Amino acid sequence: MEEKIKQKEQLLLQGNVACARGALAAGLDFFAGYPITPSTEIAEYLARHLPKYGGKFIQMEDEIASMAAVIGASIAGAKAMTATSGPGFSLMQENIGYAYMAEVPSVVVNVQRGGPSTGLPTKVSQSDTMQARWGTHGDYNSITLAPSSVRECFDLTVRAMNLAEKYRTPVVVLMDEVLGHMREKVTLPQPDEIKVINRWKPTVPPEWYQHFEINPHYVSPMAIFGEGYRFNVTGLTHDPLGFPTARSKEIKDKLDKLRNKIEHNVNDIVQVKEEFMEDATCAIFAYGSAARSARQAIRMARQKRIKVGLIQPFTVWPFPEVYMEHMSERLDMILVVELNQGQLVNEVMRTNCGKTRIRKLNRYDGEIITPDEIFHKLREVR
Amino acid sequence: MEQMTQVTHRYLRTKKKFPSVWCSGCGIGIVFGAIIRAVDNLKLGKDQIAMVSGIGCSSRMPVYADFNTLHTTHGRALAFATGVKLAKPELHVIVITGDGDGLAIGGNHFIHSARRNIGITTILLNNNTYAMTGGQYSPCTPFDKFGTTAPFGNVERSFDPCDLAKGSGAVFVARGTTYHVIQLQKLVEKAIMKRGFSLVEVVCHCSTIYGRLNREGTAVKMMEWQRDHAVSIQAAQRMSPEKLRDKFLTGVLWDIEFPEYCEEYEKVIKRAQGKVNL
Repeated sequence: MEEKIKQKEQLLLQGNVACARGALAAGLDFFAGYPITPSTEIAEYLARHLPKYGGKFIQMEDEIASMAAVIGASIAGAKAMTATSGPGFSLMQENIGYAYMAEVPSVVVNVQRGGPSTGLPTKVSQSDTMQARWGTHGDYNSITLAPSSVRECFDLTVRAMNLAEKYRTPVVVLMDEVLGHMREKVTLPQPDEIKVINRWKPTVPPEWYQHFEINPHYVSPMAIFGEGYRFNVTGLTHDPLGFPTARSKEIKDKLDKLRNKIEHNVNDIVQVKEEFMEDATCAIFAYGSAARSARQAIRMARQKRIKVGLIQPFTVWPFPEVYMEHMSERLDMILVVELNQGQLVNEVMRTNCGKTRIRKLNRYDGEIITPDEIFHKLREVR
Repeated sequence: MEQMTQVTHRYLRTKKKFPSVWCSGCGIGIVFGAIIRAVDNLKLGKDQIAMVSGIGCSSRMPVYADFNTLHTTHGRALAFATGVKLAKPELHVIVITGDGDGLAIGGNHFIHSARRNIGITTILLNNNTYAMTGGQYSPCTPFDKFGTTAPFGNVERSFDPCDLAKGSGAVFVARGTTYHVIQLQKLVEKAIMKRGFSLVEVVCHCSTIYGRLNREGTAVKMMEWQRDHAVSIQAAQRMSPEKLRDKFLTGVLWDIEFPEYCEEYEKVIKRAQGKVNL
């Protein structure tokens, strides 16, 4: 039924469905997943719709296997994604680390619920923010995007697929239960309005090909299985050919490459959305569903002539450091609102270096933070 | 022999510096040789083969092979291979795993890959121990045998990988040894050509780690033990249960037909696209 409605028309869509449709719009070929609340609708939607486009959907035996299958499919040339929630995200971590190390384009959607452990399957939380950055062992840099509306679920999933392909890295989309299950009126872009990025393929003959070539872009062209390049992929620290190494220089080169491909491209990766910031003297820093309440709180504050604006990072990781350093100099106060005990606020404080006042407002009882709560906090700390 | 070596060399990666990580006397090289000769005999192109492994001694095999090779995380080779196979069903996907990798940490993926009947050829090198980490007891360490973590004897029962695969839905199950190399090559050939999930368990001697811990002698002694205790399934039919008591069966133990997963999924695509009425 949904298919018969043209995309430019207004739709009433759930965040999870918008995420799935975004992935399809970005050219998804492969989805592997395991049922988990509150993300299951993404798998259900793709089980039904992905094969229509010739794509493959598979329900694996657990989340460990799901992430593994996504990586395998990507190496065989598919644009691949999985979706999960906290406990599944924890299980995926080892293989997410593999995807960082082996530089495999892949997208992991985490529709967050309360934790730790089984926690609150049907309640909202933003407590996986740090796990998205540091979830797996070792040194690496993460790309993590956080939408706050149904339309943003669509747009940022498209962007996550594109960034994964462009930088040969896993990309995390941090949604949350409210966002995943909320239905909102949206207009989706036409296919020709959507920019789709495909991975950079090698043009050299197979005997010259290095699967992990070190070059000035820090991103290597990526051949796929079955096309004559016959490369090796391993989770062991490896040389540019993909063979395990224990040589200090090759180890350092590899780890530098993983860092540099993100750090040297922050200007391309980082996106921050501003609202009411032109004349703002203070700001609320919020992402995900907390940003929705923050926006309403700002409207309330503006009626009381409080000059407050909204800083909403679409890119949680890499953290918008340069932008926030600049904001720390410009603003009198930044209120960080999160649905956890305080995670990204530590990054705000780190980049602030004491330049301005940082205040925080946290809720972690399974309920969404209300505009009233934020408004009262704002009046108290401004 | 010289001819056989030449065949092997054609399938090795010249850019990779030998020697291999395997100990002298190890059985894994014998299995590797059998796989290469099977691929050569079947005239499969190197590009058509994806060799996927987990972690452990046997899982180091792909890095030396001039195929599309994927050395994954511990126990997860079959799950990675599932992604490779489903995304590119035209590839021959061969999974190299061990008894610890495939049946302990990877046990869940093993039974579910077999149940799903996805077209993956699994070569499980059973050396009865975790050799790479120094000889801890594995799901295939026999009762009463020793491991560094079973210094007073193993009190757990061991898996029969072939029974497990059969019970989980594999359509082709075979067992070979590192002593019977010609038979092993034939079994690998049959397994590769089988549509669906196939398992070849290889009874693989490990003289350096398992052999020492259990006073089983040199590699030659361990292979002689295989010679004396392996009974082909055909011969076993003529033997009394009494005589078979301390023996193990080799050959094709199970061979049935069932629709392969990726082929079935192509039908799902046709149904979803409305080309076939539900």
